[in-house]
Amino acid sequence: MSRDEVNVVWLGSPTFPKAAHDALQDDQLRRNLKHATTTIRDKRLRAVAELDDWETLRLAGSQIKDRVMRHLDTYLLQLEASVTAAGGVVHWAEDAREAKQIVSDLVRAMGATEVVKIKSMATQEIGLNEELDDDGIEATETDLAELIVQLNHDRPSHILVPAIHRNRSEIRDIFRREMGKHGVPAPDDLTDEPRALAEAARVHLREKFLRAKVAISGANFACADTGTVGVVESEGNGRMCLTLPETLITVMGIEKVLPSFSDLEVFLQLLPRSSTAERMNPYTSLWTGVTPGDGPQEFHLILLDNGRTKTLADTAGRSALHCIRCSACLNVCPVYERTGGRSYGSVYPGPIGAVLTPQLVGIGTSDHADSLPFASTLCGACYDACPVRIDIPEMLVHLRAKVVDAHRGGLPKPEALAMKGARMVFGSPRRLAWAERLGAIGGRVAGIGGGRWLPGPAKKWTGARDVPVPARESFRAWWRKAGRR
Amino acid sequence: MRIALFIACYNDVLFPDTGKAVTAVLERLGHTVEFPMAQTCCGQMHYNTGYRREADSLVGAFNDAFRGYDAIVTPSGSCGGHVRHHHKTETAPNVYEFSEFLVDVLDVTDVGAYYPHRVTYHPTCHSLRLLRVGDKPLRLLRAVEGIELVELPEAESCCGFGGTFAMKNSETSVAMLQDKMDNVRKTGAPTLCASDNSCLMHIGGGLSRIKSGVRTLHLAEILAATR
Repeated sequence: MSRDEVNVVWLGSPTFPKAAHDALQDDQLRRNLKHATTTIRDKRLRAVAELDDWETLRLAGSQIKDRVMRHLDTYLLQLEASVTAAGGVVHWAEDAREAKQIVSDLVRAMGATEVVKIKSMATQEIGLNEELDDDGIEATETDLAELIVQLNHDRPSHILVPAIHRNRSEIRDIFRREMGKHGVPAPDDLTDEPRALAEAARVHLREKFLRAKVAISGANFACADTGTVGVVESEGNGRMCLTLPETLITVMGIEKVLPSFSDLEVFLQLLPRSSTAERMNPYTSLWTGVTPGDGPQEFHLILLDNGRTKTLADTAGRSALHCIRCSACLNVCPVYERTGGRSYGSVYPGPIGAVLTPQLVGIGTSDHADSLPFASTLCGACYDACPVRIDIPEMLVHLRAKVVDAHRGGLPKPEALAMKGARMVFGSPRRLAWAERLGAIGGRVAGIGGGRWLPGPAKKWTGARDVPVPARESFRAWWRKAGRR
Repeated sequence: MRIALFIACYNDVLFPDTGKAVTAVLERLGHTVEFPMAQTCCGQMHYNTGYRREADSLVGAFNDAFRGYDAIVTPSGSCGGHVRHHHKTETAPNVYEFSEFLVDVLDVTDVGAYYPHRVTYHPTCHSLRLLRVGDKPLRLLRAVEGIELVELPEAESCCGFGGTFAMKNSETSVAMLQDKMDNVRKTGAPTLCASDNSCLMHIGGGLSRIKSGVRTLHLAEILAATR
């Protein structure tokens, strides 16, 4: 698959176990992650506990999303009509390449060479900033964490807190080193106090807000009945982008559509509590087309597919599209907590990334994507945290089966042979009893003299864990000998 | 009530004492149990690793082995959860994890056990989130005479076992194990208890490797202990 078709995955990403290896060696990263995820986890539990109808809200969210997926075509056409009637322009983009082309053409038609951006997963997914850069357009991320990542030529590692892997002193160094190259420099005596860091970013960005003619955003929701598009954020930078420039371009995944304006009631409660553990996010901006004399006078909405209709076709996998990008699943995931977001090699990390990425890029197309459904212990914490009840563990297992089936045929790998062997043994109680006796003898021989360092694939177990030695007598044998029935 | 023991294949081979303990507790409570010899494996390992075809082919045999019983009791929350959620058969709804069966079906929490030691309890993920056993294992443990239960910090964090995950992503698995072992050692308890030997095999294997002196014990074995 070429880079143009799908950009969800970072080029050349290694498989998850390989990428995790590097992350696990980084003690600073693990400390930063542990601190950040533990804090937000506890806050989320408190925020959720305040509502006595939380489970009902989750159910409502899940059912609305179910309905959206069943009638996606209807709602999208309705959205197009509503947005057009309100003075906006709707564009359809089948893949990343098309979406980027549309944005680039619009910006160039404005004669603009710089744009301000609101934090958006969809534009990251298609690699928009890089494309604009190639076309001589400088895009500035205005979300504080995105700015940190952008200035450091880094990759985001969290959906909501992209710079979660960086601490304050690292951020101060990045600001001092990079800000001057792109605009107002950071003060020479910048400290790592949060207030000082925020102020440096504010001064740096203010100049860009006031100058930019074009803003680019994503969308958290779009209501089919009214054509209203919405963005929720915490810093107010988004509102600057949404109100000051002359032109607003929004790139939105097609799954973000909601049937009606009143559905916002559900999602505006679910999202902030799940993501930032707030009762309500500080800034909720809703706009419907254009309003003469108020805000951007030109509004373009780009509806992005990029693998989504393919995902929709699998009824057991499609609920990955229900995701509202709150990142609660990342914050509770024990695997994410140890390995960080960049190990997932995609703009969508964590549990949701492990089910969404392989579907967007296609199972069986790369070792990287195929390794993601296995990057979980199936502990289930993500399902409990998900505000729209996406059963991530169940979907992981579903996708594992698709990965295994995609690789059936040809020379079987050791794992496939082991699975077939085990299946044969379990095929009859007699074979099992026979294998048990053999295993008891072999296991005890291997266990003699503290021989608990097994060779071959078993080394992956015995590198850090002793193996239990098979019992002299299995339960089955004991039962039979005791003459029980 | 006709009760069948579903011991789970790895318990059969590696942890036969757990099966004996389950038998002892149920018989002490006055029940007769049977061990259907035709049982082999529920197919969870295959299913969770993506070998669904192989897993599906074990479902019919499981159903045949356990047909006709009022209750099928297993000391493995993980295997029990798998059967209840993924076997679409007549026997699936009758499968109970051991602590569930004692508390929900037999309606007992005090099973007459005596275990005068300091113990900490790790709630395994599948018992907790697939079967939703809640605090049933803890209620059973609290009723044990002489026991000193100490709370495990970050108890509900996964230990990192995850079946074949422990091999496929062994480094991440071990990093999670490390944190679990640190928390276990913080409690100062010489015994770590859980209701699933698969997780205990992983945690216990780690604790043994670092010569921690902490032993792992299945819930059933503590409940089976008497004066």
